[in-house]
Amino acid sequence: MDISTEAKPETIELKGRKVVAGRAEGEALVTTETISGWGGINERTGTVIERRHEMRGVSFAGKILVFPGAKGSSGWSAYFHMTRLNGVQPAAMIFTRMTTKIALGAVVTRVPAITELDQDPLSVIETGDWVVVDADAGTVTVTKKKPA
Amino acid sequence: MNLTDHEKAMYDGEHGRAKARAMDLLVRYGEALGAERLVETNNVAGAFNASTPSVQAIAEKGMEHVYSELNLDSDEVVEVPHMVAHTCQLITGIDNDNWELQGVDKSLVDMQRANEKYLGRRGVNMFATCTPYQVGNVPVKGEHCAWMESSAVIYCNSVLGARTNVEGKESTGAAALTGRIPYWGFHITENRRGTHLVELDIEVDDMMDWGLLGYYIGEVIGEEIPVLKGTGRQPDLIKLKHFGAAAASSGGVEMYHIPGITPEADSIEEAFGGRSVKGTYRYGAKERRETYEKLQSSTEKKVDFIMLGCPHNSIDQMALIAHMLENRKIHSDVQLWVHTPRAIKQVAERNGYIDTIREAGGVVMSDTCPAISRRLPAGTKVIATDSAKQAHYLPAITGVQGWFGSVSDCVDAALTGQWNGRV
Repeated sequence: MDISTEAKPETIELKGRKVVAGRAEGEALVTTETISGWGGINERTGTVIERRHEMRGVSFAGKILVFPGAKGSSGWSAYFHMTRLNGVQPAAMIFTRMTTKIALGAVVTRVPAITELDQDPLSVIETGDWVVVDADAGTVTVTKKKPA
Repeated sequence: MNLTDHEKAMYDGEHGRAKARAMDLLVRYGEALGAERLVETNNVAGAFNASTPSVQAIAEKGMEHVYSELNLDSDEVVEVPHMVAHTCQLITGIDNDNWELQGVDKSLVDMQRANEKYLGRRGVNMFATCTPYQVGNVPVKGEHCAWMESSAVIYCNSVLGARTNVEGKESTGAAALTGRIPYWGFHITENRRGTHLVELDIEVDDMMDWGLLGYYIGEVIGEEIPVLKGTGRQPDLIKLKHFGAAAASSGGVEMYHIPGITPEADSIEEAFGGRSVKGTYRYGAKERRETYEKLQSSTEKKVDFIMLGCPHNSIDQMALIAHMLENRKIHSDVQLWVHTPRAIKQVAERNGYIDTIREAGGVVMSDTCPAISRRLPAGTKVIATDSAKQAHYLPAITGVQGWFGSVSDCVDAALTGQWNGRV
């Protein structure tokens, strides 16, 4: 059998800047909409609750959360902090827009986090892709999911 | 990050474990931001108090557990010394006097009171309001602050010309103990210039109009810095308090300029400070009407709860409401809650405003608000409010329908039980 003809999963590497140190891998959950902490998530389930949010009802617990960043109340960090205490925090955060809310939120959620990537993670990564975040190395390695 | 000798000493534990843990958080946070250093602050407004069920399990172990975990993000439980910076508590979840009316469990009230005692002795001043600038914390132009509460942050930056980012529970907890916060964002002069121009085709006059304008600007501008042109008559604290809260709710506006009125720009040119104008918006009768419609989330004319005082009312707003309710009674199917800082409530009491509101059937609340506490009178389905911010958040958080309008429309609804407001 000629292995070269067998479809290999496509792998892409993005380079970026460490926000919070560490390495994590998991399934990507991608949204192009910013997320509210206070009033936007249920901190006991890790679920987005904001009305009219495209991810309403979806849990980010254990996922590699790929999103533009934070919006809304200054309670953002406190609510993501609570997801960690409740064991429903995301496995890692990849985001595009730096603010004090997302920086502090990522720090207290204590998961690997990365930003300033050389390609737009919101278009390169799709929900269901397998993603390895190595924040110390500043790399995000994306293995595309098999086409359905 | 570059630390001074004193900061290094705090980091290394030479000033105690609490400051070491606080510095650890500030360094992790500063590095996450990409900040090069910290800046000194002697003005912290944060969320310290314990008033929610989720905190209860931690509070039962001791108040030092609450501060260590929730205000310092520290696994090590540290003894909390006296605050180094001037520090105040923002709005809380429980009205210390009206908690029964709010439907709060007594055990939570006891926890909040015990926690206040613990924090009070350590120098956290219990303003218990979203508007510290109304009750004695009025930073001066250029003062570096570490504030939470989006409506207070935008007021601090824009109206007072003091400097703060939107901080969080953990960063304010660390700042209070160290007198430091990352030097990033709005602490830096160049980041405070305008980005977008908003030209007004209509005069903006009363408080409702300022709320509508703020809500419109937040929607179109997001997190940028608007410069307003053509606002007409001189606004006051009440109007700018309402305007900023609205802009920070529909968008993430943390700073704006009204040349000639706000302190960092006397002219449009100065507001932009040489930056190119990224975009221009025009606000006229059409935009005003559309914004008004967007804020209405109700179809039911019969109302059962009227919420006034977000951000917390000034003494003049309390006087106006009392005047409107003089010798009148609110409708028997309606509950009216009016919110003001505890310090202003005392003045209102002395002036007889509280008695007037109470005799009319209303309740004057302090320390909290329905969006923060997530507590409304039992059975509430339709609310009316004079606050764009509450009209934005309350239906989303609590599932009620909401009307937004002027204070007189809201008082009318309280008296008749019907919403008759119009733009």
